[in-house]
Amino acid sequence: MTTPRTLQFRIYRYDPDKDAAPYMQDISVEIDDHDHKLLDALVKLKAKDDSIAFRRSCREGICGSDAMNINGRNGLACLTDISDLKTPITLRPLPGLPVIRDLIVDMTQFFKQYHSIKPYLVNNDPPPERERLQSPEDREELNGLYECILCACCSTSCPSFWWNPDKFVGPAGLLNAYRFIADTRDQATSERLDNLEDPYRLFRCHTIMNCVDVCPKGLNPTLAIGKIKEMMTRRFV
Amino acid sequence: MSIPVRKFDAVIVGAGGAGLRSAIQLSEAGLKTAVLSKVFPTRSHTVAAQGGVSASLGNTEEDHWIWHMYDTVKGSDWLGDQDAIEFMCRQAPEVVVELEHYGMPFDRTDNGKIYQRPFGGHMSNFGEKPVHRACAAADRTGHAMLHALYQRNVRANTQFFVEWMALDLIRDESGQILGVSALELETGEVVIFHAKAVVFATGGAGRIFHSSTNAFINTGDGLGMAARAGIPLEDMEFWQFHPTGVAGAGVLITEGVRGEGGILRNDKGERFMERYAPNAKDLASRDVVSRAMVTEINEGRGCGKNKDHVLLDITHLPTETIMKRLPGIREISIQFAGVDPIKAPIPVVPTCHYQMGGIPTNYKGQAVDENGALIHGFYAAGECACASVHGANRLGTNSLLDLLVFGKSSGESVIDDLKKMPKAHKELPKGAIDRTLARLDRLDNQKDGADVHEARLALQRVMQNHCGVFRFKDKLAEGVRMILDVEKQVQSTGIKDKSRVWNTARMEALELDNLIEVAKATMVCADARKESRGAHVRDDAPDTPEFPNGRNDKDWLKHSLWFRDGNRVQYKPVTLKPLSVESIALKTRSY
Repeated sequence: MTTPRTLQFRIYRYDPDKDAAPYMQDISVEIDDHDHKLLDALVKLKAKDDSIAFRRSCREGICGSDAMNINGRNGLACLTDISDLKTPITLRPLPGLPVIRDLIVDMTQFFKQYHSIKPYLVNNDPPPERERLQSPEDREELNGLYECILCACCSTSCPSFWWNPDKFVGPAGLLNAYRFIADTRDQATSERLDNLEDPYRLFRCHTIMNCVDVCPKGLNPTLAIGKIKEMMTRRFV
Repeated sequence: MSIPVRKFDAVIVGAGGAGLRSAIQLSEAGLKTAVLSKVFPTRSHTVAAQGGVSASLGNTEEDHWIWHMYDTVKGSDWLGDQDAIEFMCRQAPEVVVELEHYGMPFDRTDNGKIYQRPFGGHMSNFGEKPVHRACAAADRTGHAMLHALYQRNVRANTQFFVEWMALDLIRDESGQILGVSALELETGEVVIFHAKAVVFATGGAGRIFHSSTNAFINTGDGLGMAARAGIPLEDMEFWQFHPTGVAGAGVLITEGVRGEGGILRNDKGERFMERYAPNAKDLASRDVVSRAMVTEINEGRGCGKNKDHVLLDITHLPTETIMKRLPGIREISIQFAGVDPIKAPIPVVPTCHYQMGGIPTNYKGQAVDENGALIHGFYAAGECACASVHGANRLGTNSLLDLLVFGKSSGESVIDDLKKMPKAHKELPKGAIDRTLARLDRLDNQKDGADVHEARLALQRVMQNHCGVFRFKDKLAEGVRMILDVEKQVQSTGIKDKSRVWNTARMEALELDNLIEVAKATMVCADARKESRGAHVRDDAPDTPEFPNGRNDKDWLKHSLWFRDGNRVQYKPVTLKPLSVESIALKTRSY
């Protein structure tokens, strides 16, 4: 029924408990016609060698766990078709963040930046008994923003984030900052702009657009960043 | 060996919808709270919910909580506890509005209110005609909700322990719960979280089945921990098979697709649901639709080369509706079925989706024992809990509602109960962590151990083949024997990776300890329940005049309670009396 075939991998390996330094491991795994996505192959690979460490959960591109660098490009293993990949498939952890083990990176800095933009609705009016009203058109402004899954594909493909992960908010954080600025229910636009008014936090974005290129959800952080920059400029005129 | 101890007022295990909602309550009340999660909170499986959260807001047409309650009781095939169902349906508008205030980006009606869509089993006027009750953010409601709840917790400064796996409950001789042991994945360190209250919000265990819409992390950790601590599991024979998982991949396609007008068709292109549910048709309850689909396939009217699925057709819907209301479904369909639903129908098949049973609780989220007495210090909410609001079959969108209502009520109960408790923590029992250390030692020292991946596959195959959409007397009996064989493998698993750092092999082996408890509970309770009800339908309990739909209220209108010790089942009555209204009288279920 199914035709087994061998898939070749080159995988970044590092276990601080036993390895003095990281290395690339050549390894192969048998897959069959049911294995469509890179994650399917990785799960089989892990059955063969239980020491390969990577994060995964929903396997449908909504939880954002299995972001990694696949043949030089950031993406989600669960949304990447095996048939689109040149072999050997080279897998590395997301660039620019400290590696904990194998394909698992320390995302502390990424989330710190996300948290720094105050990612929650601010509205100081006493809450009404029913929902706050919002027109469908105003709600539409949030499309392309609220869908972010915090996978970090974008921020870790951004050279500005690589150089200044502690100072530059990065595309994911800025996309989320604009998600709240654009929300008609939010009252903190001015504070949000103040929070980003700094040579690094916002303005380190040089519109390289790697973020747009890699976003597995098809979002456009550069566009959102552009809108914040525009608002920032308008403040001064 | 000395194990570090950290003290908190409350520990919440799990940071999906229920855990996060509970955490908001506790953090905003100023309690010292720790939230433990195997994954970063927004990676919890609530994120994958699609269609909506139910509340009788009546934003499109007239709706009432009592109609919602009626639908839920009927959906549960009268196994749901009517006090808890009343509580949930009455609370629904309030908790959904709160969520909107937290920033949830609901879709909107033309007059700016929360957008609501029809859903399976949602009817107005006691089952009369479909009603718009499912509050939605496109087809990404779970994602939007989970992020909004996480964001509110960021605001509340909740203390998270991210990528910590809870291993065992700590319970003293009096039966009181005093904390949990947990493993930090990054370092391999084991720590005792000593608390006055432990809230389980650990989600379901859909990974006991081979074909599941569930995430890899849905391994029933809370249920395994509770079972090992001597707490019974309730109604575990009831598992929901969602009608529309992508054939082959298992990925979920929301019922909201049918809510927006999607139609199920067999190989002849026939809208077969008209024969099974003349009134509600494609929007009948999930158990009804799943059985209809399997019947079509079994009788040779399936689609595709192997005639092993049916088709979900939305090609007649305006492209604009699909792009606006179902954009995520289109993505999933293209990604996992290779089909653009604007142009061609989606191949779908019933797929394990939701665990109706769980840790027994009352409607306040407090865990209760087999006699209905409180298990002091222990609370549960969401899919891991059984209040029971879903009974024998859950209505679509009631899962997200369950998270909000019981996440909140469990938090409120903790706050109230802590006021009555002494200021100091009760002392930990001797050997509080012995069970945990024994499990870890066994795993590290196992010689020639069974392969974790193979043992898990064996477990999933037994469940899939012996406890599926239709159940058979002989297969169930055989399944009980087989799952006990699998248990022997699970008890002797070995891992090659012994690293302390982010050891996913160890994590998967520990998860398997939990999966096997859930699998045993499911098989044993399913074998024991000799009637058909809701999602549990067996060949030796057919539809007869005496027992319509095979349901036998005389002998089986009762909840199952499975105990790990002795692998035994006992029963407790269903609460038919609501809190304030008349009981919804027993009736034969039809749609």
